[in-house]
Amino acid sequence: MPLHPTGQPMPAILEVRQLVKRYPGVTAVDSIDFAVQAGECFGLLGPNGAGKTTTVEIMEGITPPSSGEVRYRGEPVDARFRQEVGIQFQSTALQDFLTVRETLRLFRSFYNRGLDIDELSRMCTLDEYLDRDARKLSGGQRQRLLLALALVNDPEVLFLDEPTTGLDPQARRNFWDLIRDIKARKKTVILTTHYMEEAFLLCDRIAIMDHGRIIAEGPPATLLAKHFHDVILQIPKGDFTVTPAELGIEVLDAGDSIEISTADVDGVLRRLMEKRVSLTRLQIRARTLEDLFLELTGRELRA
Amino acid sequence: MIRRFLAVLKARNLEFLRDRAALGWNIALPALIVIGMWLIFSGGDKPLFKVAVLNGATPIAQIDNAFLKTRYVDFYPVADEIQAESKVAHNQVDMLLDLRAPKAPRYWVNQTSPKGYVLEKILAGETDVRYTRATVSGRAINYVDWLIPGVLGMNMMFSCLFGVGYVIVRYRKNGFLKRLNATPLKAFEFISAQVTSRLLLIMSITVLVFIGTHALVHFYMAGSYLTLLLVAMLGATSMISLGLLVAARVGSEEFAGGLLNLATWPMMFLSGVWFSLEGSPAWIQATAKVFPLTQMLDAARKVMLDGQGVTEIWPQLLALGSMTVVFLGLGSFGFKWKNE
Repeated sequence: MPLHPTGQPMPAILEVRQLVKRYPGVTAVDSIDFAVQAGECFGLLGPNGAGKTTTVEIMEGITPPSSGEVRYRGEPVDARFRQEVGIQFQSTALQDFLTVRETLRLFRSFYNRGLDIDELSRMCTLDEYLDRDARKLSGGQRQRLLLALALVNDPEVLFLDEPTTGLDPQARRNFWDLIRDIKARKKTVILTTHYMEEAFLLCDRIAIMDHGRIIAEGPPATLLAKHFHDVILQIPKGDFTVTPAELGIEVLDAGDSIEISTADVDGVLRRLMEKRVSLTRLQIRARTLEDLFLELTGRELRA
Repeated sequence: MIRRFLAVLKARNLEFLRDRAALGWNIALPALIVIGMWLIFSGGDKPLFKVAVLNGATPIAQIDNAFLKTRYVDFYPVADEIQAESKVAHNQVDMLLDLRAPKAPRYWVNQTSPKGYVLEKILAGETDVRYTRATVSGRAINYVDWLIPGVLGMNMMFSCLFGVGYVIVRYRKNGFLKRLNATPLKAFEFISAQVTSRLLLIMSITVLVFIGTHALVHFYMAGSYLTLLLVAMLGATSMISLGLLVAARVGSEEFAGGLLNLATWPMMFLSGVWFSLEGSPAWIQATAKVFPLTQMLDAARKVMLDGQGVTEIWPQLLALGSMTVVFLGLGSFGFKWKNE
């Protein structure tokens, strides 16, 4: 748990206690507990159907839980909560025939306090598109508008449900920059994603969900250090001129290349050189959240 | 609360006004129907004679009267002499026969009605009994005069039900309602803004079409325009509320379309849009009263054709108001922001 400069644990801004959500024939969320600290970016990861969106929607107050509760600043969620949080859903349609500016104004009017439309459009780099029909925005522009709508009340807590799904790499990176700006404003961010790189770059802490339960929780680097002590060596198949048996090391087939996972890089490299394997195109990479994810959930991430 | 209501109202109005296809259709359709009907019916009324019979307790079929056997004449029983006379005056009925006293039968015709004249000649040829002749006069009500409120009302009905119903179901299906639910906006604020927006648009369009058609067709308008406006507003509000009720929980446009058709088609035929239900079985007339369109058209025709005022049409106004309260209450109570 993060510590306050005084050495006391930071108070949780959101707490999830014994949360359960059952649908006919399936338990989507199976008694989970966690807390989100004020000012942190908390990532909820998991394969499709793991229960991330259900969990987040219960936290947002959109879906009622079967049992358990969510507390905001130590209190049960009430009307104040709606005024103080911002939400970006996975997919949201907007009202047809409205411009970006009109859409922002509409949502701004729902709240007692909030940001000025000009400030908001600057923050989310929407200045150029303010008078454009919201339906005519590109994917990245649209996600920035949805983010602006989530920020329209200058929320204390921002929920982002897979905000970069479907964006091209450049738009995704732009979006990450925006989230970093928001983090710099000391806002609490709760992010679900299935891009491990995104979680690694943005999140202070993550929880990995599968089958409705949390199977790992902590800062990304801590989780990686806890689960992995090795690195991955990748060699293109064309260069790998020996059999694994001759090498005496376990080798994984990874498509165009082979992968060797080891904590003893020196030893493996010596062995490869002895067998005259070309190391010209050798790549060494550290373990990623994706490796951890696959190790823990045992399945591929699916978009 | 007012701020949120006004913001949703404004946004919805902008959406509708910018949706040129929907706007054009809402104006063009009723105008086209009215012009079409005028072209068809301005040549004369249907070639069928209608005779109202004051027959007391004896069924018409049991009355021994040769005139009543005349073919191509629709004889139907009435009880209210004053009302029946007024219908003769407006050419809604071609002749009124009073057979309650067999020895001293009477009849009424409109002096300006060609059909009344023909029926009078037939009656004279069919019987030896001496009838007392009475005449009434009044401006003839053509079918087009009677039809105008029906067509305008029908257009309002479709616009109220489909306009509100489809929009809300579409908003729910594509997740816009869910997004609104994530804000402090309340169901009541959202719903009342939708009702108000539709009401404003429908009333503006209906008034424009009314004025335009009147200039073109010169249909009959006996009563007060203000009373008619009140009838139209109450009628539209009740039908918009019905649309909201239908759309309160539905998650797919196909299902909503089915339900809206289920609500509109019986009204199309049973609310007296195209033809009067007079003379049809009593149970049909009683059933038709549960439809808001029936009540609205009933009141509108009383104002337009008979010149009646609020003191005469209050039962219809009360019925429309009550329907609105019930539909809106149920719709708000059962409102769902998102599909499960």
